[in-house]
Amino acid sequence: MATGDIRAFGTGGPAGRRPVPSLEAPSPRYGEKAIRGLLALCALLSVLTTTAIVVSLLLPTLDFLAEVPIGEFLFGTTWAPTFTPADFGVLPILVGTLSTSLWGMLVAVPIGLASAIFLSEYASPRTRKVIKPVLEVLAGIPTVAIGIFGLIFLSPLIEPILPFMVKVPPFSAGIAGIAIGLMIVPIIASISDDSMRSVPQGLREAAYGLGATRMKVATRVVFPAAISGIIASLVLAGSRAVGETMIVLLVAGASPNLTFDPGSSVQTMTAFIGTTATGDISTGTITYDTIFAVGALLFAITLVLNLFAIRMVRKYREVYE
Amino acid sequence: MASLSGQPGSGRVRFATDGARAVTAEMLSEQPRRDLVKGTIFFALLLLALTVALVGLAAIIIQAAVNGAPAISPTLFTNGPSTINPSEAGFRPALIGTIYLILGVIVLVVPLGVGAAVYLEEYGDREKWWNRTIELNVQNLAGVPSIIYGILGLAFIVRGPLDLGFILAAGSLTLALLVLPTVILAAREAIRAVPPSIREGSLALGATQWQTIRRQVLPAAIPGVVTGVILAISRAIGETAPLLLVGAATFVTFNPTFLGDNGYSALPVLIFNYASRPQDEFRVLASAGVVVMLVVLLAMNSFAIWLRNRYEQQW
Amino acid sequence: MSNSIPGNPVGEGQLERKDEQGEERGLSQGIVVPEHGAGPGVDPWAGEMVFELRDVTVSYGGQPAVKDVSMDIPRNEITALIGPSGCGKSTLLRCLNRMNDLIPSAEVEGEIDYHGQDLYGPKVDPVQVRKMIGMVFQKPNPFPKSIFDNIAFGPRVLGLGDVDDRVQAALKGAALWDEVKDRLDDNAYGMSGGQQQRLCIARTMAVDPEVILMDEPCSALDPISTGKIEDLMLELKENFSIVIVTHNMQQAARVSDKTAFLIVRLDAAETARWGELVEYDVTERIFTNPADSRTEDYVTGKVG
Repeated sequence: MATGDIRAFGTGGPAGRRPVPSLEAPSPRYGEKAIRGLLALCALLSVLTTTAIVVSLLLPTLDFLAEVPIGEFLFGTTWAPTFTPADFGVLPILVGTLSTSLWGMLVAVPIGLASAIFLSEYASPRTRKVIKPVLEVLAGIPTVAIGIFGLIFLSPLIEPILPFMVKVPPFSAGIAGIAIGLMIVPIIASISDDSMRSVPQGLREAAYGLGATRMKVATRVVFPAAISGIIASLVLAGSRAVGETMIVLLVAGASPNLTFDPGSSVQTMTAFIGTTATGDISTGTITYDTIFAVGALLFAITLVLNLFAIRMVRKYREVYE
Repeated sequence: MASLSGQPGSGRVRFATDGARAVTAEMLSEQPRRDLVKGTIFFALLLLALTVALVGLAAIIIQAAVNGAPAISPTLFTNGPSTINPSEAGFRPALIGTIYLILGVIVLVVPLGVGAAVYLEEYGDREKWWNRTIELNVQNLAGVPSIIYGILGLAFIVRGPLDLGFILAAGSLTLALLVLPTVILAAREAIRAVPPSIREGSLALGATQWQTIRRQVLPAAIPGVVTGVILAISRAIGETAPLLLVGAATFVTFNPTFLGDNGYSALPVLIFNYASRPQDEFRVLASAGVVVMLVVLLAMNSFAIWLRNRYEQQW
Repeated sequence: MSNSIPGNPVGEGQLERKDEQGEERGLSQGIVVPEHGAGPGVDPWAGEMVFELRDVTVSYGGQPAVKDVSMDIPRNEITALIGPSGCGKSTLLRCLNRMNDLIPSAEVEGEIDYHGQDLYGPKVDPVQVRKMIGMVFQKPNPFPKSIFDNIAFGPRVLGLGDVDDRVQAALKGAALWDEVKDRLDDNAYGMSGGQQQRLCIARTMAVDPEVILMDEPCSALDPISTGKIEDLMLELKENFSIVIVTHNMQQAARVSDKTAFLIVRLDAAETARWGELVEYDVTERIFTNPADSRTEDYVTGKVG
């Protein structure tokens, strides 16, 4: 290598001296600051969105509560807000929501967790590499499509076999639950699989070293170690089930019945909002405000579930990552 | 063993060895046989569960295809909806409406989502409470039910402060807010996956922070960001509930525009409407619409996930 | 090549030292062994100094990582920082071009002067500092781009002209030109580890800094690549001042002109640990006749 090549660089020979350059910024770099500010604004937009959601739910809800006592709203057992005289007891549609979500979870939890254990502890890397993306792709099926599947396939299919499941054909809380279950299985399977796979290999090896079988390692070692991520997946799935609109709108019907019976038709909170808010409702009427009061209750429920799930996810990330 | 080897024939040693051998034999044969049965049943149950999940989800697609097959024809794309004549009805205005809605979503969500992600990952100091608040807030927004966004759109965008009326742009804005958290979370993951050594290398050359982000971090994060954007858009395409609230009326027979105030429609809303009708012909039409939507969505999602897995192990 | 950015003249104190002891400059003669680092006013080498560190303490979140380091780093020489892991030598190195700024909890106390200017002065811009004081890292970290773009990145963002010429000269300077001239558009990730590290050195040279800091640049490389980089360093010191952190004592002995030895100190309760400078001297002396017995124990392999 020719030294001449290097001479093109640096500060000159050992004896050479050049004025020491300034360490101060040649320009104030306003551009950098402006960009930083713009990006911060983008991030702030999410806070504004939340604020807007809270404000737009809260103001009409306050109007609503000025007319309907909060006790009557939360504990009343008749829901007929558009009738005269109107009843504003939210329990029937709250129970409707809980019922469809419960049946959905009943379907999805065992299937989802078992699929996660299979993917994380039994499947070969090759199988996993195929099935995991397939699950993720299937998680993108729009809920309106799942609802239609429930309405024109599951309901007529199950009705003749198990008549108690579909008492008012084609509507049924239980069938809606099965459809919701299909919707949330990928969520449970995918997140639980992630959290079980983040359990350190060393724990498994230690258990195998003590003579444990694969089943024992999966159920007694990995599953408990991953429990916070698994709980997070279940809570997130529950939150999605509670907030789902299209499936219940299509399959659960529109009768606000205060029951957990899987065979009866129920109206959920989301379905109420979805049916009532589509029409040309004028602002300021009690019906308009009712939509927001129900929305506020729904938002509060999902907020609690989401915050809990976020906490659990952070917990498992802290432990193993 | 050294102490035992001195007296190999001793009865006590033989006794001990026999005992140990028996215990070992039991551990190696009897116990495993029981465990083997249990393990096999367990494995079979797991496999069954996964099969049920995959078959159930696949059935949605297959059923839609079988049920909708008779209605799948070019008129599905060229004709407008009809209340009386299902055999002639199609999805044209709704398809165009969805395309416009999604274009609006892309225009809004890409800069806002990536911008917020860059701020949170590259600038926001996590020690500061406001940055942690923003972070938690984004995570929570990702889990807010879509119908709540519909309420937000109705109260805040269609009416209230923005007062846009029931126009397509209002629907676009609502959907954009709905999927924004998804885009932010995905973009953050992608940006976080760029190793710090790349940033250090760039900064050590005297590049400014924005030069480093703009010319090193973002280009390296593109596959992950694109994956997140595609997944978010495919979610926006299939979202129905919020659109019910912000005016995606069903029977629009003309092609919509962004700001036109005489109504717009969207593919999933029209599908929902057809499906809610009692006549079988309309349900066939709804299934055909589902097929069209699923083909687009599954193709998009597959591409997005392929893209992510393809570039996952770059470092 | 002279830098066109106008700046402050060399600090007063520095000129005085130079005048007093100017004739003593040189490596093999007139060595004064400092008792504990080189205290202020004790300047055995009297060459022109790039860095003057006075009682530098670096802490992470209030916990000191390295304490009370005072030393002068001369120009156009190779200065090595050695010591056991955890002694804070990398931390110290990263203070010299303000890379520690990237860690929010990091705090620097004491004074680090760069040609008489306080490197941590209120008006000092870290970006400007890094333009003049480049860095090569432990693990080769080429950008995920072509070989050409890796080198061109610096000149482009700094607005330096003749990008093509600079790329070529930098690659020649780093003895890499002949190996890569036919594949400049290939991705840098396709190069061997040693080539990647020389690419990173070339990348640093291309923006024409005055100082190159090297943080264990050969720790991820095989002996042959290491040899090439050591040869390169010896040539580079003609035009750059180099500070290198190394785990490898032979490497320090082979390439450096001066060596600083740091150790890990534990407090009585063994809850806090930090690094301290034990001895800083001409390399030959550190390795043959150190003043401190701890240095001797370390360089002869008794501890460490």
